[in-house]
Amino acid sequence: MITLKVNGETHSLDIEKEMPLLWAIRTEIGLTGTKYGCGIAQCGACTVLVDGKAVRSCSLPVANAEGKEITTIEGLSHNGTLNKVQQAWIAEDVPQCGYCQSGQVMAATALLNRTPNPDESDIDAAMAGNICRCGTYVRIRRAIKRAAGKA
Amino acid sequence: MTRHEKLSRREFVISAATATGGLLVGLTVPGYAAEFADQTWAADSADPREVNAWVAIEPDETVILRCPMAEMGQGTGSGLPMLLAEELECDWSKVKVEFSSVNRNIREHNIYGDQLTAGSRGIRTSWPYVQQAGASARARLIQAAAMKWNVPAKDCSAVQGKVVHKASGRSLSFGALVADAAKVKLAAEPAIKTPDQFKFAGTRQPRLDSPAKSDGSAKFGIDTREKGQLFASIMSCPVFGGKLVSVDDSAVKNRRGISHVVKLDDAVAVVADNYWRANEALKLLKPVWDGGAAAHTDSAQFNKAYRDALDGPLVTARNDGDARSVIAKSQHVVTAEYETPLLAHATMEPCNATVHLTKDRLDIWMGSQSALSNAEMAAEETGLKPEQIYFHQMYLGGGFGRRTFGDELRHAIRVAKAGNIDVPLQLLWSREQDMRADRYRPQSAIRLKGALSPDGKLEALYIQSVCGSIAMSTGRKVPDGIDGTALEGIGPSVPYNKVPNWYTGQMLKNTHVPVAYWRAVGGSQNCFYLESFIDELAHAAGRDPLEFRRSLTDRVDSVAVLNKLEQISGWGKPMPAGRGRGLSLVENHGAVGGQVAEVTIQANGAVKVDRIYAATDAYHVVNPNLVDAQIEGGAIFAMAAMMYGEITVKNGAVVQGNFNDYRMLRLPDAPDVVTALALTGGKDKDGKPKWGGVGECSVAPTAAAIANAIFAASGKRIRSLPLKNIRLTELASL
Repeated sequence: MITLKVNGETHSLDIEKEMPLLWAIRTEIGLTGTKYGCGIAQCGACTVLVDGKAVRSCSLPVANAEGKEITTIEGLSHNGTLNKVQQAWIAEDVPQCGYCQSGQVMAATALLNRTPNPDESDIDAAMAGNICRCGTYVRIRRAIKRAAGKA
Repeated sequence: MTRHEKLSRREFVISAATATGGLLVGLTVPGYAAEFADQTWAADSADPREVNAWVAIEPDETVILRCPMAEMGQGTGSGLPMLLAEELECDWSKVKVEFSSVNRNIREHNIYGDQLTAGSRGIRTSWPYVQQAGASARARLIQAAAMKWNVPAKDCSAVQGKVVHKASGRSLSFGALVADAAKVKLAAEPAIKTPDQFKFAGTRQPRLDSPAKSDGSAKFGIDTREKGQLFASIMSCPVFGGKLVSVDDSAVKNRRGISHVVKLDDAVAVVADNYWRANEALKLLKPVWDGGAAAHTDSAQFNKAYRDALDGPLVTARNDGDARSVIAKSQHVVTAEYETPLLAHATMEPCNATVHLTKDRLDIWMGSQSALSNAEMAAEETGLKPEQIYFHQMYLGGGFGRRTFGDELRHAIRVAKAGNIDVPLQLLWSREQDMRADRYRPQSAIRLKGALSPDGKLEALYIQSVCGSIAMSTGRKVPDGIDGTALEGIGPSVPYNKVPNWYTGQMLKNTHVPVAYWRAVGGSQNCFYLESFIDELAHAAGRDPLEFRRSLTDRVDSVAVLNKLEQISGWGKPMPAGRGRGLSLVENHGAVGGQVAEVTIQANGAVKVDRIYAATDAYHVVNPNLVDAQIEGGAIFAMAAMMYGEITVKNGAVVQGNFNDYRMLRLPDAPDVVTALALTGGKDKDGKPKWGGVGECSVAPTAAAIANAIFAASGKRIRSLPLKNIRLTELASL
């Protein structure tokens, strides 16, 4: 059995220890906000927080996630209130197709948790792993600054 | 999530913005705002609360509006409901949008049009019937109230979700009128508004789908979870057109969770209770394929064949004046050859379809650009009647032309049929399958000749093009040898009307690699060619590229875009060494767009695109906020292809398989994009309001603008893409 703590809830799952965390979250636990994009940690669509750090869940075996605090996009709101990154995303109308945006929001959340006042190079470094095909980067940058209180 | 919780997300944003003192641009509607329905697809039976097929009013005055187009990021899912609301005169804050039913469209004789989301047509071809649906619903509600009050309908009006009789001060909400309104027979359909009468359409409004796409609740096709659902991963024959000879499935049959190994003529699939298990098992299979003669082809052969074919014979596609003679006699002829490769769509959401096939019904859950034609194809595949197909339209994780053909749906149906699978089955292409089983942007090569007069006027253009044909690749006939998509940007549709002699000849040339629509279609390569060459001609003539273009056109739209670009980009201001500015102007999918790129050539020869200015004339627009977003994103989408995009073929198969070898532009390399609209309004030749599309006109200008900026900065002319293949140190030494 594999025990995963996702968004504060504990799940005991009878799954292979090498199953990537992504597929445990999406299929076994049933939280579909975290997306599959490449399967090889190239695109960032599957980004979740593991102990507060942005991690590509498509390439993390569940065995390595046991005993850790896992947060998905569904776990960012508290008492129905979205976190400040999500609010900034809505205010700037960042999403287009929206498929990569869960991962983008998770990466930006991890950045602001670590660096509350990021400069341009901090934003570059934190967001370089997340591809957006619609090209929403201009608004992503703006939304991160808004969330950091710089807008 | 309940409606109240969803609405509170917008409400919170508003209050948060107020608390920090910032002005929140866009949220002009006080209080709650319109949103998309949680279940994105409309029910397949008529809602008892319908005024007509497009509008239903719930007892709590919630206004349900049906959107006939898919939402793949382009924003039509917000724009078309705005047009409906404009006519309906409803309370926008009570609007909930859902995708119109495909099954009803089949049964009720195309009441929702063709449901085809492609060609930047979302607004520009659907506004007449969408506006008519809203106006018709409004007229029925007014008529119902007038009958109740026994007053003439002309003395009543609709205002913010109510019908009002001004003389008596009476009013009734839409919700109270809906049952009577549905029974109203109008003597004549009401006239629709002209854009100058719009009060709401044309204003900057937030996207309806931003909240759901920021909190993970938006449901894409891949997110379908039906009871008892199984998951399939599939691998097609790597060589297009090839066959599966044999596959030994003994190694995977007994693996955990595997329920089926399904062999198709040209593919093999594994079905399991978890996609990962299916895909891991699929990777262990060693199928034997027969690729036929195509297995001996590669990109080097193709590239040479396209170049060699430039000498003809070509079919004349445009012939104004006598370009051949003018070129032959000219003292100053500029000649250049360009080429561009195949490109993959690489939508962020890999193609997928979920099907539930029973003996008298097929349910489909997916996001499609062409749900209606996909449903019709599904009927053929299954032998069911079209009205037995129930297509549940979901959000598309990118489209760009890929999600038109239903190839993934065909796979899902064939696997379900061959495997006798009567539970819901989700077939998901791995990223590698998605990239290697795509239908690609056509490859092409071109030779351009221009004749300049001694005083630097462009007297003639002579264009020889060899390009893949989408029509031929998708099984359509091209009896006269002309495929309009291959001519976009070099044929009749160009922003210039003052080039006296113009010849375009073309050969349509395909290989075994399938080709299809890719955002901006022919404009994705032809606008790069023509606009780079116009820049070459301007320099050869010793003229400023912007002023040179002005001399080629007096079209109102082209001039407006050039003027706006000049103004916003600071065109003509000196730039330091190593930096450059480049311009392009295009007509694409019914709009005119121009861009100015600013680049820096770095010490190591690498090109940094610092900023792109974009000016666009789409004549009329519904929501400038979303138009801006399309243009910002379109430029970056185009730049990714310009810098890195290249699909190559080896032994008949596509080499690239994932984002490690088919690179994308990432945030640190993305330029700032400054957008401006240059709307000239106006009417078309039939006297109807002119509408342009922006989803693709935003893409077509970018590559040439950047290439021309590189020339300005370095003196190096880029005539072949992608840029990654050009030794960048050459740039630094120039």
